[in-house]
Amino acid sequence: MPTFEYAPAPESRAVVDIRPWYGLFIDGGFVESAEGDAFKSVNPASEEVLAEVAEAGAADVDAAVRAARSAYQTVWGRMPGRERAKYLFRIARIIAERSRELAVLESLDNGKPIRESRDVDIPQVAAHFFYYAGWADKLGYAGFGGDPRPVGVAGQVIPWNFPLLMLAWKIAPALACGNTVVLKPGETTPLSALRFAEICQQADLPAGVVNIVPGAGATGAAVVNHADVDKVAFTGSTEVGRQIAASVAGTRKRVTLELGGKAANIVFDDAPIDQAVEGIVNGIFFNQGHVCCAGSRLLVQESVYDEVLASLKRRMATLRVGDPLDKNTDIGAINSSAQLERIRTLSDIGAAEGAEPWSPPCELPERGYWFAPTIFTGVTQAHRIAREEIFGPVLSVLTFRTPAEAVEKANNTPYGLSAGIWTEKGSRILSVADKLRAGVVWANTFNKFDPTSPFGGYKESGYGREGGRHGLEAYLSGADHA
Amino acid sequence: MPEQTTRLAVRKTYKLFIGGRFPRSESGRTYLVHDTNVALASRKDIRDAVVAARAAAPAWSGATAYHRGQILYRAAEMLEGRRDEFIALECGADDVDAAVDRWVWYAGWSDKVAQVYGNANPVAGPYFNLTAPEPTGVVGVVAPDDSPLLGLVSVVAPAIVTGNTVVVLAAENAPLPAVTLAEVLATSDVPGGVVNILTGRVTETGGWLASHADVNALDLTGVTDPALAAALEQTAAQTLTRVRRPPGLPVDWHADPGVGRMTWLLETKTVWHPKGV
Repeated sequence: MPTFEYAPAPESRAVVDIRPWYGLFIDGGFVESAEGDAFKSVNPASEEVLAEVAEAGAADVDAAVRAARSAYQTVWGRMPGRERAKYLFRIARIIAERSRELAVLESLDNGKPIRESRDVDIPQVAAHFFYYAGWADKLGYAGFGGDPRPVGVAGQVIPWNFPLLMLAWKIAPALACGNTVVLKPGETTPLSALRFAEICQQADLPAGVVNIVPGAGATGAAVVNHADVDKVAFTGSTEVGRQIAASVAGTRKRVTLELGGKAANIVFDDAPIDQAVEGIVNGIFFNQGHVCCAGSRLLVQESVYDEVLASLKRRMATLRVGDPLDKNTDIGAINSSAQLERIRTLSDIGAAEGAEPWSPPCELPERGYWFAPTIFTGVTQAHRIAREEIFGPVLSVLTFRTPAEAVEKANNTPYGLSAGIWTEKGSRILSVADKLRAGVVWANTFNKFDPTSPFGGYKESGYGREGGRHGLEAYLSGADHA
Repeated sequence: MPEQTTRLAVRKTYKLFIGGRFPRSESGRTYLVHDTNVALASRKDIRDAVVAARAAAPAWSGATAYHRGQILYRAAEMLEGRRDEFIALECGADDVDAAVDRWVWYAGWSDKVAQVYGNANPVAGPYFNLTAPEPTGVVGVVAPDDSPLLGLVSVVAPAIVTGNTVVVLAAENAPLPAVTLAEVLATSDVPGGVVNILTGRVTETGGWLASHADVNALDLTGVTDPALAAALEQTAAQTLTRVRRPPGLPVDWHADPGVGRMTWLLETKTVWHPKGV
């Protein structure tokens, strides 16, 4: 196979002006933390410190919740929906206008390839705000009661894998429904959320409607446990999800949780193999595998196993790992040293338990956090790498003989977030999709998102839906909610 | 010897309802309610009921919505037929009539809720994107004690009409209508295991129901002690069981219930189906 050499094609980082220090965004302005605590946000591709960021403590979270409450009572909760809509449309437009800057910032802080932040994350962010903007004055038609009301103050905690997109998934529906928010971004990726705070200022969004409180787990716990928060929304690990579900027990707080996954990507023998291989690669290597709905368990029908594996390895050999800002990069940096450690640990366990790892020849940069795209063959359902979420570019390959066996293996997990099906047969897509216990099923595609399409899991992948009409439900208190 | 003129009535033994059968508690215990011995369910009864509910789930959730609606309507017919018996259990004629009407109301929802709660989503791409509701699975229910028949029907019917199966802890102090309702269900084509009804003490069995890993959702409507409700919710959190908390205010069981008691027990599955030639 011919190899093509690419000249470096880096996106210019001159479009982003990163200040050396960022405050908390509370009540419409940037402030220092009460305790003066701060942490550093690092570019995972170079280990360079990008900025120092104030860390919100309990007193700061309290101030943010009070600002949100006040804005809810005096401005946002009583504003006509059509006016709220215009603010959200305005935000959507500004995001689109500043998309280049946001994409570069996201890739710098997160480590994801610019191709993804530019073509997936940021367009989806703008689309999400645009979609929910239109709902703000139509909520009575959404099917959640004729006179739906906001819930109040939403405390939202988001992960580091899609920093701005997860923010959009949380903030857009909350604001459209008339709630105000206190949001904690991921501790390794606070910068795009703080840039979003500037966009709120630019849009003249009333003070206190959006508050951003960067920090780590303790800050998140302060948000979730604050007595004046009416609604908790969390995206992150199943372990933390359990803690949150327990900590709100006995309160009147409403909760939605979008947690881990171990999705099966099922390739039937009649699938278009080349297309399926692209989907397998996209399913597990998109965003370095830092995706809760990643297709991390490949289930291949035995009769096409050799063909799929050979093609997959050929394709993997052309994946370009490296500088996230290079437009030719397919796989960027692992988000943090801690995450890299976790991926290494589980990978080592996979090998120790008898599965066989394979990676293409791949030169990794010396500085930064990197992990070569890896597949494990000879994996059984008992292996830890087939059961636990690795959240990295590591694929476990299993096989099956019959559709029934595929379904049984796919469902053999405590998770139930997503799944993939590859086949030319439409009736098989629908029949297998019917039997899969997962909230999102992609057929002949994977990792597709759309603001109109609800997302969320079954079983231990959490509860509640984000996106689409269903995404409004968590932020409305209608007659149906006791 | 004079002929006996009054006939001695045959009494009913009030037992549990598990998997379509009426067993005694495996623990061999009962408790006294209005001079009647009622089975006192144990941890193992909970386990047996969850096993039965799980076993019944595939066929019940796989049945056509039309079929489930027929069966629920049949339950209303059977309930109507036992109207006098429930009135004799002090359920109140208004409540009994409302309970019959509620079965009928929910029966009609079986083939409509998916149309109201599902969506075709206009995604930006060549996909038919369909969001359809599916049952959550096995639901544990603590039935309300302020309305032992109407309240019970109002929490059970919305759970099962969409294809869930339930394990119900009957109102502790008024369990007799629940056992009689089990007899209604046993004679109305509701498959064994779809509804399982246990009598006993929530303080003893609630925790086992909340902690059971094969229970997908937990309805705490009938838990009146806030501390117990919080403890059960905490327990359920360990397996990310969906929880419906006790109502903040007393419930008017005669009011229009809305669709919330159905929709909270639905998962939505969104399928991206490719378009192409």
